[in-house]
Amino acid sequence: MIPAAFEYKKAGSADEAIALLTEYGDEAKLLAGGHSLLPLMKLRLARPEVLIDIGNVADLSYVREDGDHIAVGALTRHRDVERSDVLRSALPVLAHVASTVGDPQVRNRGTIGGSIVHGDPASDLPSVVLATGATLVVRGSGGQREIAAADFFVDFLETAVAADELLTEIKFPKSNGAGWSFQKFNRRAQDWAIVGATVVGGDNPGVSLVNMGSKPELSVAATEAMASGASPSDVGAAAADGAANPPEDLSANVAYRRHLARSLVERAVAEASN
Amino acid sequence: MENRPSNVPVTINVNGNALSAEVEPRTLLALFLRDDLHLTGTHIGCDTSNCGACTVLLDGDAVKSCTVLAVQADGRDITTIEGVAGDDGSFSAVQEGFRQEHGLQCGYCTPGMIMAATALLADNPNPSEHDIRHNLEGNLCRCTGYQMIVNSVRWAAENPDGVSVSVGGQGAHS
Repeated sequence: MIPAAFEYKKAGSADEAIALLTEYGDEAKLLAGGHSLLPLMKLRLARPEVLIDIGNVADLSYVREDGDHIAVGALTRHRDVERSDVLRSALPVLAHVASTVGDPQVRNRGTIGGSIVHGDPASDLPSVVLATGATLVVRGSGGQREIAAADFFVDFLETAVAADELLTEIKFPKSNGAGWSFQKFNRRAQDWAIVGATVVGGDNPGVSLVNMGSKPELSVAATEAMASGASPSDVGAAAADGAANPPEDLSANVAYRRHLARSLVERAVAEASN
Repeated sequence: MENRPSNVPVTINVNGNALSAEVEPRTLLALFLRDDLHLTGTHIGCDTSNCGACTVLLDGDAVKSCTVLAVQADGRDITTIEGVAGDDGSFSAVQEGFRQEHGLQCGYCTPGMIMAATALLADNPNPSEHDIRHNLEGNLCRCTGYQMIVNSVRWAAENPDGVSVSVGGQGAHS
């Protein structure tokens, strides 16, 4: 399978990428690791006229502590997130979830920003963004702005990033030793989650679900239940019942997905509370 | 016909040889290697970044070349299965491991398995069975059931010079 023809532009910096996005608008797509975009292009589900390659913009690949949060550059590859000593100690849930994305070859190419802006409800990393209440930093021709995780995911494969904007950084609050858990149910090691759940404990708990709606979603009901000290099984029930529109596909129907969400969240809350 | 997008000049170091070419931007690295360079040891299996048959090393990291554009490899080092053996044709430790432990049946997945295992051992010379299995998650084999592949990689870890002590190794150097 070969993608439809496109014009190739290489951006050497974030500013160059934004200038190219401004010039080409909706016709252009950014190419980072390409592991979400290229498969769609090969299936002709995406046919951008122009690809703007930002894969060589080195200054958007970093993990650094910045006061009460950890700043992760959007072009940081999953493998580097997985192996970051800073994240392993200050935000282990993120390092762990990155280590479960796809397989080693995918993690060598895919980037955290690419995975997040793709906005796929079945992908793992948006659940960490939501459960931790991260902040997304985007830059465009009009300047820089910050978007709260709760406002970022708009609909299926659609985020709040405008056509002339680029996600540059994700600011994750430090976990400060709070418990956490990520549960992913799939049939083979490299598969997407049929259902997944990220739970973060501590003073600002969060419960988010993978592949339980049309977009990556924080389970508000489960998060509130957890904040009020509900038992793991009650939080699990709140997550399962609170999912408005679980997808139905060859892997699972709606009832089975709710069952998985209930079990996985219950398990995750118990693990995060230990 | 619409306007054809312009070709892009690239220089890619493939198995130690710097090669310059003009490629159509949509050319996949796997097809560039196979069709343009005739390095057909890199196999295309699923073509959807699942099976790993097309695995090559990009700057030493295992990647699936069906999901990398040739233009993304511009200025980078690529190692394919053809670049794994020594200049004299002697097998690498991983290749020899697959021979000693019979780590293949039909052989279709083997180039990808060997490239993924080569990257693993460069990063972790003494992997546990769990490490081996976890690091080969991106490579599917429909024949072997994987056990002999895991044994092959373990053999290579235990025999990093690629020469078997127990089978024919004594005379191989003379």
